[in-house]
Amino acid sequence: MARETGESGETKSTKVKKHKRRKSKKESKTRTVHANILYDHTKGGDNPNRHYANNKIKTTKYTLLSFLPKNLFEQFHRFANVYFVFIALLNFVPVVNAFQPELALAPVVFILSVTAIKDLWEDYRRHRSDKEINHMDCLVYSRNEKQYVEKYWKELRVGDFIRLRCNEILPADVLLLSSSDPDRLCHIETATLDGETNLKQRQVVRSFIDLVSFDPFKYNSVIECEKPNNDLNRFRGYIIHRSGRRDGLYKDNLLLRGCTIRNTEEAVGIVIYAGHETKAMLNNNGPRYKRSKLERQMNVDVFWCVVILLVMCLFSAIGHGLWMFQYGDKRPVFDVLSPEGTDLSPVVSAIYLFLTMIIVFQVLIPISLFVSIEIVKICQVYFIHQDMELYDEETDSHLQCRALNITEDLGQMQYIFSDKTGTLTENKMVFRRCTVAGVEYSHDANARRLAMYQEMDSEEEDCTSHGGTLPRRDSVTSHQSGKVVLRSQSTKSHRRTGSRAEAKRASILSKHTAFSSPMEKDITPDPQLMDKVNECSSQMEFMRFHSQPLNQIPPDLCDIFDFFIALTICNTVVVSSPNQPRQKVVVYYPPGQLGNFLEELDELLSKFPEDGTPLVLLCDFRLSLTNLQFNRPEHDLQHAFSPTPPNFEKTKALAQDECELRYEAESPDEAALVYAARAYKCALVGRLPDQVTVELPHLGKLSFELLHTLGFDSTRKRMSVVVKHPLTEQITVYSKGADSVIMDLIRPATDDCKGKRQRKILYKTQNYLNLYAADGLRTLCIAKKVLSKEEYASWLQHHLEAETAIQRREELLFESALRLETNLQLLGATGIEDRLQDGVPETIASLRKAGLQIWVLTGDKQETAINIAYACKLLDPEEEIITLNADSQEACAVLLENSLHYIQAKFLCNPRPDPQAARDYAGIHFSSPVCSPASSGHSSPFLVHRLGLVIDGRTLAYALDKSLEDKFLAVARSCRSVLCCRSTPLQKSMVVKLVRNKLKVMTLAIGDGANDVSMIQVADVGVGISGQEGMQAVMASDFALPRFRYLQKLLLVHGHWCYSRLANMILYFFYKNAMFVALIFWYQFYCGFSGSAMVDQWYLIFFNLMFSAFPQLITGTLDKDVSAETLQELPQLYMNGQNSEEYKPYMFWMNMIDAFYQSLICFFIPYFAYVDSDVDLFTWGTPITTLALFTILLHLGIETKTWVTLFFTVALCYNASCPTCFSPSNTYWIMQKLLGDPIFYLLCVVTPIAALLPRYFYRACQGTLFPNPVHMGRQLDKLPVDMRRIFLSQSQMKLGSLGSLFAPRAPFFPLCGPFQKDYRPRVKQTHMSGTKQKEKAIANPIPSKSMEMRDTPLSSKNSDNHITLNFRMQEEVQSCRQGSDSPLPENLHCVKEPSSPITGTLPYTKDTPGSRTILDSTGLEAPLSPTDLCQVELLTSTPLLPQTESMQLMSPPRSCFLGQKLDDEDHSNQKSLLKQAGDVDHTHSTSCLQEHSLKTTFL
Amino acid sequence: MMASSYNAKDEDGHLPGSVGSGGPGAVKSKKPDNTAFKQQRLPAWQPILTAGTVLPAFFMIGLIFIPIGIGLLVTSNNIKEFEIDYTGVDMSSPCFSCSQNYSWNSTSACTCSVPFTLDQPFESNVFMYYGLSNFYQNHRRYVKSRDDSQLNGDKSSLLNPSKECEPYRTSDKKSIAPCGAIANSLFNDTLELFYNHPNGSKITIHLEKTGIAWWTDKHVKFRNPGGNNNNLSSVFRDTSKPVNWHKPVYELDPSDPDNNGFVNEDFIVWMRTAALPTFRKLYRIIQKKKDNMTPTLPPGNYSLEVTYNYPVRSFDGRKRMILSTISWMGGKNPFLGIAYITVGSVCFFLGVVLLIIHHKYGNRNNSADIPN
Repeated sequence: MARETGESGETKSTKVKKHKRRKSKKESKTRTVHANILYDHTKGGDNPNRHYANNKIKTTKYTLLSFLPKNLFEQFHRFANVYFVFIALLNFVPVVNAFQPELALAPVVFILSVTAIKDLWEDYRRHRSDKEINHMDCLVYSRNEKQYVEKYWKELRVGDFIRLRCNEILPADVLLLSSSDPDRLCHIETATLDGETNLKQRQVVRSFIDLVSFDPFKYNSVIECEKPNNDLNRFRGYIIHRSGRRDGLYKDNLLLRGCTIRNTEEAVGIVIYAGHETKAMLNNNGPRYKRSKLERQMNVDVFWCVVILLVMCLFSAIGHGLWMFQYGDKRPVFDVLSPEGTDLSPVVSAIYLFLTMIIVFQVLIPISLFVSIEIVKICQVYFIHQDMELYDEETDSHLQCRALNITEDLGQMQYIFSDKTGTLTENKMVFRRCTVAGVEYSHDANARRLAMYQEMDSEEEDCTSHGGTLPRRDSVTSHQSGKVVLRSQSTKSHRRTGSRAEAKRASILSKHTAFSSPMEKDITPDPQLMDKVNECSSQMEFMRFHSQPLNQIPPDLCDIFDFFIALTICNTVVVSSPNQPRQKVVVYYPPGQLGNFLEELDELLSKFPEDGTPLVLLCDFRLSLTNLQFNRPEHDLQHAFSPTPPNFEKTKALAQDECELRYEAESPDEAALVYAARAYKCALVGRLPDQVTVELPHLGKLSFELLHTLGFDSTRKRMSVVVKHPLTEQITVYSKGADSVIMDLIRPATDDCKGKRQRKILYKTQNYLNLYAADGLRTLCIAKKVLSKEEYASWLQHHLEAETAIQRREELLFESALRLETNLQLLGATGIEDRLQDGVPETIASLRKAGLQIWVLTGDKQETAINIAYACKLLDPEEEIITLNADSQEACAVLLENSLHYIQAKFLCNPRPDPQAARDYAGIHFSSPVCSPASSGHSSPFLVHRLGLVIDGRTLAYALDKSLEDKFLAVARSCRSVLCCRSTPLQKSMVVKLVRNKLKVMTLAIGDGANDVSMIQVADVGVGISGQEGMQAVMASDFALPRFRYLQKLLLVHGHWCYSRLANMILYFFYKNAMFVALIFWYQFYCGFSGSAMVDQWYLIFFNLMFSAFPQLITGTLDKDVSAETLQELPQLYMNGQNSEEYKPYMFWMNMIDAFYQSLICFFIPYFAYVDSDVDLFTWGTPITTLALFTILLHLGIETKTWVTLFFTVALCYNASCPTCFSPSNTYWIMQKLLGDPIFYLLCVVTPIAALLPRYFYRACQGTLFPNPVHMGRQLDKLPVDMRRIFLSQSQMKLGSLGSLFAPRAPFFPLCGPFQKDYRPRVKQTHMSGTKQKEKAIANPIPSKSMEMRDTPLSSKNSDNHITLNFRMQEEVQSCRQGSDSPLPENLHCVKEPSSPITGTLPYTKDTPGSRTILDSTGLEAPLSPTDLCQVELLTSTPLLPQTESMQLMSPPRSCFLGQKLDDEDHSNQKSLLKQAGDVDHTHSTSCLQEHSLKTTFL
Repeated sequence: MMASSYNAKDEDGHLPGSVGSGGPGAVKSKKPDNTAFKQQRLPAWQPILTAGTVLPAFFMIGLIFIPIGIGLLVTSNNIKEFEIDYTGVDMSSPCFSCSQNYSWNSTSACTCSVPFTLDQPFESNVFMYYGLSNFYQNHRRYVKSRDDSQLNGDKSSLLNPSKECEPYRTSDKKSIAPCGAIANSLFNDTLELFYNHPNGSKITIHLEKTGIAWWTDKHVKFRNPGGNNNNLSSVFRDTSKPVNWHKPVYELDPSDPDNNGFVNEDFIVWMRTAALPTFRKLYRIIQKKKDNMTPTLPPGNYSLEVTYNYPVRSFDGRKRMILSTISWMGGKNPFLGIAYITVGSVCFFLGVVLLIIHHKYGNRNNSADIPN
């Protein structure tokens, strides 16, 4: 591998590099790093690292010299500027010049310089921060001084050795060579890179692990690694020692620039990437530039302005030609010859005039609009930033606008795509319940505790002082380098806090906090399980002590033991104690004292045979003997391990102390599980790279030798650890993962008894899992596997190969993991609750009322997603749900086709809509009976049917195919809410893209995690939740919110304001410029189309920039059409923006016509007033301009909804000073003269009034005859506060017109055009029974109820309208309704292995389309005793269908596909039938379908 | 620290660690200030335009405008104005021959006398205007064709006028003073007014030729070069007269040194370019009689003696002489009065329409104001 070539060139453009890297040959794929100290004596030239970028960063765009040319060059990329310059240059052509050429340059210079100053300031800020960073200190090894010396960051070079101290920020990407940590670890915090606040471990390069102290002089290896790239999670390379040995380098060895060293006294590393080549810098993209919808619309109108301009110029040019022509050869005295004294022909002068007119009319193109819009947007962004209601005290963060130029898009959103976890929910994981060995432990006390926390939340809001309850953590400020400013050490305390008051305290304590609030930590154990745990461990202990084989323990106890062991060790949680922040608690055993200890222990044992505690000590000690590490004698164990009775208390103290241990996990659910295990006294006390220490009751500390950790990845959806069990000495694999994957990997034992039991467990666990999912819990399955030595050895061999491979390492590791994770034994399952964020249901309801379609795209399981959707009111229990699950393209096509038919048929069947429904779906707060018939006459634009669509990731993949996407959209858009489960990040973005492009709607994507980034980037507006999952989403977003509920104010209030302000402003700009230009245009008829203007040229040029723009800027920033409160209480007002009602294409033309009318008035009234008088050009022109300005300002007054006091000030200032101050000498004193002229005043009164009369009248009529909702909102605003309250709180408003107003307009939904009607399903009484059932199921988790349990997921919420569309109509109804067909939405059941009946009963097992069995109806009809579980299992499994797809349309029974007449009688019949068939208490009927039958029906 | 610096554009710098002060307690809360401005709660007045609210405005406007209009109309009608066209396009016109023969380069003066009769007496000061029609003094190139600094008495501009004056900048290698097309086309007819007394005598009416220009023009904008040097001919020695002029600028009014050269008021008035192609310019003022008893111009026969120098036939122009009295609102113009009456009545009418609308439809909105 040779050194890379052309490195120096690359440093300049990192973008190019990527391509280059891909294309270039293999040799140049790597970079070689030598230690610099070897080359220090050879000055420069020979150093092999000299080509690499140094650590000086420069993010500025310009230098002092290059600023002007470069900035100008960049500015001329904007078309508007080029146009401006063109106009200005045109003035320098003598025959054309309309104005003084110097004067014509003024606006260009003005605009260019404003932008330049802005750029300069930004660049200066960058420069300053660069400088600050470049001048930070770090310790670099110097060859001459033979020690580490302080240097600036910018002096750092690749190949330097640097020493890093605790809490230092890393100056470059550094390969870790040595660490003061005994385990050769280095902990870093990567919050600045990815926002994750937990610590990450980094390891010293393998070959240096054994070195006690690192001596740079002895280092003479060469590092070969990847070229700089921006992948934070990848680093590959190897280090070649002089001996020729190669060692692999992984991302675990690399410390990234920008991270902070924590918990490690000292570390030494070699710089690998520096400066701009560091991963952090490569990941740093500048802010994005998006063009808003309004601006796009505006650009169209700018184009029309150009057309109007050209037409006007052409007209004038022709007019001038004709005017010239009429004089023929007789040259009148006023027709001045060209400067050369030659005569111009009419044609030539017409051409010249055309150009002149372009200059004269240039104002028509509202160039200042671009500048103004930017200014206004910056102001808007400022105000959004300042909004107190968007400030989150818990995290001390407020809304961030990252994109400055799309604020008005917020007011025009139509679709919201939301992530679920962390966005709708808090991502605050709380252990709720678990199942071990098929027995459910419901943790009722825990549930009560959680409920209590919620109550406390509300109580504590008032309670302010709470001092002392939370111990303030000491901050350890070790090795704080003097100049580098560092954050407090103890920053990690509690961010995920349950109660707000506590949160406040926590946020005061520190800004950066780790996971786990007390709510997550303090888990109240289930007494039943606790007993079992105790029993289990005491038994184990006993057996161990008596050297009996452990397998004599009852299997269920054994499972419980394993379950908690798995919870504790199958993770990557790091333990730290609060007293010594970030120090691992490791107990070391002094080897010398061991012998003594043993003896003493024996003594002790005899002394206290009955007492448990000394036993613990003893066992603990004995056990630890097996795994002791003797090589670190420096720690004294005295306090913890003195085996004398007085020390008993000390042990207690230690135990208490250990309760204070804090776990720092990569994901919150891991921490939740560890805390849960700790509640059962199975506490994780220490984790080393190769060992995990667990403390157990009775057994004491157990150390598991950690052989391998197969980390979690999203493809496998599980993680595993391979440990050597200290008790059994067996090599055990513990796996933890999503139930869908783990369940597939479970393989019950083959022998009869065990197998039977395991199958039973499997079956029961599955039922509980369904139940958990129904409760909206996140489910995880825990499994284990015992490997024989041989198995392990063979696997290990492969695995090591994979680990050492350089190419395809990931793939190999993945395969290796797959090989290991098979034939698992199920231990149990956990249910973790992810609580909804505050105000999510309200926000969703209000956004929906605002006409926004909300889609939830989540990677979660279908059931969890559905239940969360219910919880947050995304789905309505009264709503029907269409579930699409297909596993082939064709099936998906059929499903979509049928849903489409179904929807059409359904809404054809119900032609008479319920008036109530109209109210409901339009979301009208206050509709009265008077208005509802009217409102049902309109069709809904957005909210279409009361339908919910649920689609899973795989089906989504098919549906997003080119051939099906239209159908998918047709179905999806007719549903009120859409839920995409199990979707990948790519699919998320594809869905957004599809909707955005095909439906031509404005989309907003909101999410918090890295998996939402692509979606956020695709959407028109991307919103990131600056929550727990790091900063990636925020970095990619346009707006970052601390909480989901802030979306409501952001959209409904700020979005509305920004939109209406900008829309009005843009229209006004067009209007005012057109009006002004038209004045001059009319004048051309009276000056021989000579391009003369009665308006002073200064005024003409600066009109656009100054006089008329300033008041508009202020209204554009501060105007409020409706108050914030009203906007939030009447979300319907948002539709105003959605339908672009403030700025529709026709409005441009209306404004133009109005402008022309007004200019006619403003021109001709003065004209007739002064006709045939001695008035001179400018004495006449000045009143006209003044009038025009009055008119324009008064016009603004009409259009302005709020006359803020500031507005008057500016207007008055302008009027007092400006018309005179810019006049050159030839208009000298005109204004003063005019001010003494009564006619001037008379004109100033009559003209604006005459000009504005139509608009004023129109507005007044509009306000009365057809007021739009915004008007109504404004009227509401005028009411006194208390009155308004009453008003808004009353659901029934006496306001007839309001109701009808808010009825949606304009049909939007073409799919079901004729059928599109309101629909509202009847609420059935059975609803209650459904919930009761659920309660029952929860209360009695007895196996015999298992069948019912399976119903509960949906029956709990919508059992009543849970009817399935029967494709096959009436034929073989019974055969279709069979017990095994779970009513769960994800009903892709398939027999994986027909020989194994049990797998079939699992509703969640993955389907393999290969095997298809025909329905065995005999099995169905066989009467079953519900108590005989085994039989049930067998029987229900036999008839199981290998359905490859089926569709469930949950609907009220009345409205089935054909027979909307399925009345209650039929329903009950079905029930009885079903009962017969499989004793399945289906409150709903389920239709299922075999693929072949489906095909015959539909294909 | 790092990330924030990378995102220098990131307005707020809301990134962990971007706080420079350090220390655990020093982190300032980012909570925005609760001020009226920042929270957008500035005091504001919100007009809502509905029929009900604008009704009074419409009626008010109507009620105010109509009387004003009537007043204006009456005032305008009280102004006496007399106008006579002396272009001489008709064969019958006394100036017909002059208009036929005359062109810019003819040297001999042509005079004609136009008789006219005033039916009513003209009281107070009477203003005498000459009016031109179809004369595009507002033509773009024409308007620009002047050098203001030359007219302001600037010596260097006198000898080297601005390029704007082209092609009337130099003649015979000498700079033209005053340069430019406006000056070149100076109106040079001489008008004299005689009253034909019933007893047959012909009384010359004294025409005041000063006071017709704006004070600021005469004293600020226009100045003769050379300051107080009264010997204008020496000052203008190195310049030549405009091509169309018969006499140089320093001979415009030899009798009155304060009205000669660039500060000649006829010249100043001409230089103030008219706004519209049909315009009038103040020529002379007839001072009212001292005794106040007799009108300034009693009714009777008059004759206008014209020294016909100014050709207008080439562009179908017309020349007129206008006599007019003046009121507080200027010359005779009924339009403004009519405009006021029209706008006022339209407002009134719309007010009525709104009233109807308000009565018919407004009620359903009013209920919004009064719930229950």
